[in-house]
Amino acid sequence: MQLVAEALRKDFFRSSGESNFFTAVHEVNFTLEEGSLVEICGRSGSGKTTLLNMLSGLLTPTSGRVLLGNDDLYAMNDKARSRARNRSIGVIPQGQSALHSLTVWENVVLPIELYGKRADGARIDMLLERVGIAHLANVRPSELSGGEMRRMAIARALAGDAPIIMADEPTGDLDDENTEIVLTLLREIAHAGRAVLLVTHEAEAAKYADAVYRMNAGVLERQ
Amino acid sequence: MRFTLSLCRKNLIGRPARACAMLLLTAFLSFSIFGGSVAILSLRNGLEGLESRLGADVIAMPYEAKTKFDLNTALLQGNPGYFYMNRSYLDQIAGIEGVEKVSAQLYLASASASCCSYAVQIIGFEPDTDFTIQPWIRESYSGTIGEGDIVIGANISMPVSRTLTFFGMDCTVVAQLESTGTALDNAVYGNIDTIKRLIAASEERGLNLFSNINPDTVISSVLVKVYDDYDAEAVKDYINVHVRHVVATQSKNMIAGVADGLSGASRIVIALIAAIWALCLCIMMIANTLLMNERRREFAILRVAGASRCRLGGLVMAESALIDLIGSVLGVALGALIVFPFTGAIRHGIGLPYVLPAYGTVAMLVVASLLLTVLAGSLTSAIAAVRISRLDTGVILREG
Repeated sequence: MQLVAEALRKDFFRSSGESNFFTAVHEVNFTLEEGSLVEICGRSGSGKTTLLNMLSGLLTPTSGRVLLGNDDLYAMNDKARSRARNRSIGVIPQGQSALHSLTVWENVVLPIELYGKRADGARIDMLLERVGIAHLANVRPSELSGGEMRRMAIARALAGDAPIIMADEPTGDLDDENTEIVLTLLREIAHAGRAVLLVTHEAEAAKYADAVYRMNAGVLERQ
Repeated sequence: MRFTLSLCRKNLIGRPARACAMLLLTAFLSFSIFGGSVAILSLRNGLEGLESRLGADVIAMPYEAKTKFDLNTALLQGNPGYFYMNRSYLDQIAGIEGVEKVSAQLYLASASASCCSYAVQIIGFEPDTDFTIQPWIRESYSGTIGEGDIVIGANISMPVSRTLTFFGMDCTVVAQLESTGTALDNAVYGNIDTIKRLIAASEERGLNLFSNINPDTVISSVLVKVYDDYDAEAVKDYINVHVRHVVATQSKNMIAGVADGLSGASRIVIALIAAIWALCLCIMMIANTLLMNERRREFAILRVAGASRCRLGGLVMAESALIDLIGSVLGVALGALIVFPFTGAIRHGIGLPYVLPAYGTVAMLVVASLLLTVLAGSLTSAIAAVRISRLDTGVILREG
């Protein structure tokens, strides 16, 4: 499945400063193809996360369109857009992203069971094995390290079999060993045919990507 | 829906302190509304029971009764009294314009009785003319009250068909009356022939309590029913002016003090319920708002996983409904545990007639308390649910 951004722009209201608005993302045109891993890098505050949130259907753009396959994501109502995100986009959010009242296993199957489907236990076990946290399936997130928590988030993004994966700073606070594990895993996912968008300021990530874009003051440029 | 309920359950179990705090608040709400409603209805029942038991518009007693006997005190504290006047007053009062019915009563106070550790008020009525006691007796007994038969108040512990002994004379208990929440529940009722025999029995045993009276020629009080189109107050005034050595009182004035007390007690209970509800609802609103702020990231993660805004609202409402339901059941159960077993202590403590509502009314109060509490709890969380549904997921996720 292909994801296309057409003249995507986001303005935020700001009460102080010279103007009432500031533009976080300037008319971005961008395509994410299946089977590819695209990296977007840039400094903090350059608009990377804002762009990812708009692409994943979590933040309504000021103007422009996001096409998920042939469907305009923001022409849908919230219910349909949420359902489309659940079915087609696996998001790995920045920072801690666990529900603490659930076990690791329950966190991972969340996107599947959210819509009343039953998770394939063997497949989930394999997924946990693949990200290296199978032995932690029944523990609570509060017992996980930062790296294990991030891998759990990756497993959750993959669990629903979404064709598009978006990862926001997935290696943010990880050590070198865990960073390599996570980036290798995302590369493998792209090889397997899914479209992967990686937002990071990790210099090391470029060698795993098929294409690298740089975000600078809300403007996206291909490297 | 199954997933929502399962997630609610896990959220509540996963955060027990949070869940218990909200549970206690809702339990307090339902406890106050249920307990308070039962108390108010019990006080109203007490007053209604008292009014219907007095039955007469005007009561005429010998002048000496004014200093010897106070109906309010007698009704609430159960101090038995006895006083007598000539029977001729009955005919004299019956002849007054506006008087529809008259009936005489004869009061005795037992020195001791086999049933009770205290002196019992014995009230004799004339079956042919009585219009106050017999209608009440008929609620629990349809037979005739013969000589030697007695009907006992609700507080006297004696099974029906057993005998009670006064002055050495055995009297058969034929019925027990419904509770009025007053000292009338401690009294014993019999027809005038039974009272005559009791007086004779006391003389035979040398107790000589009533040796100066002849039950054929004396009575203790005259109960007066006034025609509907006549003013009871005018009849009372006429008796007080024209019938010497007799003092007449309107029954509604006699229990005015009780009614004022009941009304005051009801107002206090209503004010307490209102204060508790206002306080608890404010705390619940603040607690829900704080909780929603604490759980912003949790909700953002659910959005990322594909939950719609509506779904998040549903989750918040379902959690709230679950807590409110469990809390309100606990509160009602606690209320029932306090209100029902301690009815006697409450009655004694407040010193007012207090009669519990019927089972059907209590059942309705239970349902109404549960519904009101769940509704109030849901309203406070609905505000939080609306706020949650408006959260900007992107902004929350950026906050880390």
